[in-house]
Amino acid sequence: MSHQATADRDVSIEPLGESTLLLRFGEGLDSVVNARVHAASAMLHAAHLPGIVDIVPAYATLGLHYEPSAWIDGHGGSPALHITAAVRAIFREPPTDLHGETATIEIPVCYGGEFGADLQTLATHAALTIDEVIARHTAGTYRVAMLGFAPGFPYFFGLDPSLHMPRRASPRTRVPAGSVAIGGAQTGIYPSELPGGWQIIGRSPAVLFDVKRDPPSLLMPGDTVRFVRIDAKQFAEQAPL
Amino acid sequence: MIVDVLRPGLLTTLQDRGRHGCAMLGVGRAGAMDDVALRLANALVGNEPDAAVLEITLIGPRLRFDKAVTIALTGAEFPVRIGHYETPMWQPVVIEAGAELEIGTARRGARAYLAIAGAFAAEPVLGSRSTDVNARLGGVDGRPLRENDRIRIDVRDDPTSRAREKQRASFRRARGARWSLDPRPWLDTDTASPIRLMRGHHFDALDVRSRAALFAEGFRIASDSNRVGFRLDGPRLELASPLELVSEPLAAGTVQLPPGGQPIALMAEHPTTGGYPRVGQIAAVDLPRLAQRRPGDSVRFAEIDLGEAQSRYLERERELTRLIAAIGERLSQ
Repeated sequence: MSHQATADRDVSIEPLGESTLLLRFGEGLDSVVNARVHAASAMLHAAHLPGIVDIVPAYATLGLHYEPSAWIDGHGGSPALHITAAVRAIFREPPTDLHGETATIEIPVCYGGEFGADLQTLATHAALTIDEVIARHTAGTYRVAMLGFAPGFPYFFGLDPSLHMPRRASPRTRVPAGSVAIGGAQTGIYPSELPGGWQIIGRSPAVLFDVKRDPPSLLMPGDTVRFVRIDAKQFAEQAPL
Repeated sequence: MIVDVLRPGLLTTLQDRGRHGCAMLGVGRAGAMDDVALRLANALVGNEPDAAVLEITLIGPRLRFDKAVTIALTGAEFPVRIGHYETPMWQPVVIEAGAELEIGTARRGARAYLAIAGAFAAEPVLGSRSTDVNARLGGVDGRPLRENDRIRIDVRDDPTSRAREKQRASFRRARGARWSLDPRPWLDTDTASPIRLMRGHHFDALDVRSRAALFAEGFRIASDSNRVGFRLDGPRLELASPLELVSEPLAAGTVQLPPGGQPIALMAEHPTTGGYPRVGQIAAVDLPRLAQRRPGDSVRFAEIDLGEAQSRYLERERELTRLIAAIGERLSQ
């Protein structure tokens, strides 16, 4: 990915308690802001600051969880101040492209039928045929904006605006693993059976999260994704046992 | 050795200090709700501070041990028996081969921690043995204990085991150590004493009445509270004007405000990200105190700033480090 300059003046740093900093690069669902979150995440990973417990990229913000005991120096001043200064110093350096180009990952999806109970509702809402909805959904290139909600749950950027659709009025208590779903302008894939209120348009046989894999998540924050249409027979062949 | 679960208790899970380093994948930390009690339980049996223990909630389990081993219980006050004998908490105790450990219903507080000298054989998942109940990860098949579970424990065999053998022999004679920890600094179940809270990022977005109510009025822990979060019944908090927010990182102790106006204090198994306004952040030193409260208990917040919260946290960590070192010396005598 191409890393945009993460100038010091463009990030605001807020404490989220004693052991987390929240770095804010902007607001809302903005792919340019999100690209800066991933650039900052890469720089923080490379910096190996002491006492870092977790680096959590989100849409427009990044969580930096740290152990305050690692940020005491003998001269007073709080750990929050010390680590904030260290983070600002990192962002004053020119940005480096650490990941290079990320590969595009293809996610097979069987649309509609028993796998996508809300596909017809979406087509009606968008005033499109089912085939048109599928064509638009598979035409897009998506970016993993963040993972959250549940292990391996990706939130994507790149959904065709004609496919935006409000969430269901009443959430489902069980959404099957692999369900590809739309909630407003957001789209994602349920990595395991979970409750959820998004519109389900299809299901992927891909295993998104498996603790026995390294890394356990098929998709990483910042990855590029395309959806590929498969039929029920192909789904059955590719589905995990 | 094997521990047989004769009765699982209300919610008994394997927990350590939590799962770190994979929050970017949406994997939460989980871990002990009362992280201080966890570390002290481990110290009392000579384990590393982050070894896995059993977190016991309100109603305890009945367990049978097939070999003699040193155990210790800390945290909420429960009646504990080994066979017919009342057994003290907050000290190392030897349980004999074939003996049954019966942990009753909590008298004070909500969560106790049972450490066993040695390591649970359950493989760590993503670096931790903590049970994440919602993600079905870690612990015993990612779930709370069930009746008839058989839990394998690798009893420690380290250079100090001879000293420990000696100590065990003396424990057997005395049915336990002659000393115990004073639980008072580490178990505060006075629900009238306030929980210290920092203003959250969206505190100023509350309307005037709600800003005052958050600190002035009391809340009650709702019955549908759990390891993910405590729902707080009380004054309905409202924003001065609606906020359009997207998911942002969260931390344990974040107090968020869903549309219903009933705040939620996020606890050990909180999700990694969320999109509700964050009106407050509970001081880390008070999280174990909140974890020891039960559904129905009251919660009052008192304001604290980040600087003071952080120095209190560092002070507590120093104290704990000293205490754990002192326990270690005691055990090796």
